[in-house]
Amino acid sequence: MDRRRFLKNTGLILATSTTGVLSAPWVARAQAAPIRIGFMAPLSGVVAAGGREMVEGFNMYWEKKDHKIAGRPVEVIVEDDAGNPDTALRKARRLVEQEHVDFLFGNLLANTGLAVANYVKGNGVPYFIPIIAADDLTQRHRIKNVVRVAGYTASQMPRPLADWALKQGHKRIATISQDYTFGYEQCGGFSQVFTGGGGEIVAQLWNPLSTSDFSPYIGQLAGMEIDAVFAMELGADAARFMKQYANFGLKGRIPLLGAQNFTDQSVIRTLGTECEGIISSAHFAEGSDNPVTQKFVKAYQEKYNKLPSLYGFSVYSGAMWVGQVIEKLGGDISDRDKFIDAVLHSELTDSPLGRPVRFDDYGNPIYDVYIRKVVKNAEGKYWNVPIETYPSVSQFWTYDPKEYLKQPLFSREYQGIQKG
Amino acid sequence: MMAMGPLSIWRSPLIFLAILAAIFGVLPLLISQYRMSIANEILIFALLAMSIDVLAGYAGRTSLGHGAIFGTATYVIIYWTANLGGSPWIGCLLAIAAAVLMAAAFALFAMRVSGVYFVLITLALGMIVWGVCLRWSNVTGGENGIRGSGRPDIIADPFVFYYVTLAVVLFFAFVIWRFVHSPFGLSLCGIRDSESRMRSLGYGTTLHMFLAFTITGFFSGIAGVLYAFFNNFVSPSTVELSQSVEGLLMAIVGGVGTIFGAFLGSAAIILLENVVSQYTARWPMVLGFMFIGIMIFAPQGILGALKRQATRKL
Repeated sequence: MDRRRFLKNTGLILATSTTGVLSAPWVARAQAAPIRIGFMAPLSGVVAAGGREMVEGFNMYWEKKDHKIAGRPVEVIVEDDAGNPDTALRKARRLVEQEHVDFLFGNLLANTGLAVANYVKGNGVPYFIPIIAADDLTQRHRIKNVVRVAGYTASQMPRPLADWALKQGHKRIATISQDYTFGYEQCGGFSQVFTGGGGEIVAQLWNPLSTSDFSPYIGQLAGMEIDAVFAMELGADAARFMKQYANFGLKGRIPLLGAQNFTDQSVIRTLGTECEGIISSAHFAEGSDNPVTQKFVKAYQEKYNKLPSLYGFSVYSGAMWVGQVIEKLGGDISDRDKFIDAVLHSELTDSPLGRPVRFDDYGNPIYDVYIRKVVKNAEGKYWNVPIETYPSVSQFWTYDPKEYLKQPLFSREYQGIQKG
Repeated sequence: MMAMGPLSIWRSPLIFLAILAAIFGVLPLLISQYRMSIANEILIFALLAMSIDVLAGYAGRTSLGHGAIFGTATYVIIYWTANLGGSPWIGCLLAIAAAVLMAAAFALFAMRVSGVYFVLITLALGMIVWGVCLRWSNVTGGENGIRGSGRPDIIADPFVFYYVTLAVVLFFAFVIWRFVHSPFGLSLCGIRDSESRMRSLGYGTTLHMFLAFTITGFFSGIAGVLYAFFNNFVSPSTVELSQSVEGLLMAIVGGVGTIFGAFLGSAAIILLENVVSQYTARWPMVLGFMFIGIMIFAPQGILGALKRQATRKL
């Protein structure tokens, strides 16, 4: 046992015994050349909770496969990107240059993903991003070896919700969103479709990340003559917004619509009645009655004692997608171009969605998107239940991709709003 | 003579520079490419830490704004090369000029104060830079940052870039050493020890502080440019407070007022971050304990403690 291995093992024991957090790499010792995967997730910092669910989803798939694929053992090396692009870049470098991984996988925040994507652009290492939703990675600035397996584009998901809102007869909507790119893109997708269909975006409010007091914003919303509010908030901001929205008595008075992360399981898990009845749109709904989805939800619940969030689901499905392609290639992924092409032309089957998924011509998956409502399930826990389905929603909605790509990237200034 | 011999070790930078050149010079021959990139990062941050040490160790002013000055240079060169398609060499000059201007602007606010007020002003100014980088998303790309267009061909090879970094950092280490041991540097020490006495002796202490701050901004700017070439990416995390704090901690861990201690501090912190985080997600806690340990057992930092040991024996 050399010193490095010794350190690694002691580190593993220390990590598991003292903190209960398993972050050391799983080390295989097998004869056949293993497939080495570099997995990055934020395990410290403000988004660490989501990062841990990513690791759970990833481990769940490989444990189900007994850490073997196409006859080759699988080694997963987990690294903490700390939610910081500089750290993510450093870790990606380590995984590629020192650990010699076959491909990279993961990251949560768009800035970490974009930093790593820029790094692999130079060396061709395949990089799979089920969580990174930055629009341009599958639109204006595609990188061939960066593939969004089981991921989505930020502006893709809220579009069906805007269409649904129009059908409900909503004419005037105000949006509130976190003041950063992921917010601009989600809010832009919603606003573009809503105003394109004749609706009016009365106002757009932008709150800084980690806003603790929403009363100035909610006060403004209460004073507007609006039919509904569209909210794009993540994590603790989402929980605080829902609570304060209810406390100010707006709940039940002005319907609340949310981007998919707004009512994600990672948020509503700890909430009470304040989240009930909120409508959102996403490709995954843990409350779907699809038997395949329910099988996954039960298995996840048994393993981790909680309902799966979008993080756990997406990373699990992304791992499955890559796993299926590796199996199809007979375990030979030495030719990176061939590997990437095989992924891009493959179809994800047997995923927890219960229906096959494929990529569009720009490398972004096309999903059936649910309009979901938060309701209480038989166990008394809140979850998202589909109430309507929009089939085959691509990142370009109903637009012509070439025309669409001529418009600028969504920003605070450009929201795709069409004045009626 | 007995007393002069060992003491002169601390007086001459050439021995230190030679040791550093020898250690960092042979490293790439012994270690993997990834470890070399870590060594490269250590060198870059050592330069940032040295620039902070000039103020902290010699002028007695603890700056929490140098990370922002450093990051300003990084932003400028990446914006210039990636978004405007400009030449990287002109970009270097622009970036360093921007860092110097930024430092001069900081200095205008901070030159008259000391102690906790100096910390607060530099902290606030640094936060403003961070806020601008975060919010002015048309230019800075918001929290997603800007992706660079790669290093110029001549320094694209990691080996070449490493040695270029080494040469630049050692050169400026020498320059900084000369700077703090110049009459100007000594007058900074005088300001640290008693500003009022310096003033009554007829020194323009405010102008001294302004120049000192601006010049350290120049050194930070060079580190920022190297970092831009190294990372090929910039985001608000490059200018945020933790960057300034990290630079300051490196100077403290190495030994405030030792200049070359910055290399030790930078190596200690970057290595710990990289090694410990492989084993536990609680690595920030380990770093915290390390800082506490150093504050208790070696309050003058690693090099400071060694220096004291060496001089005490005499």
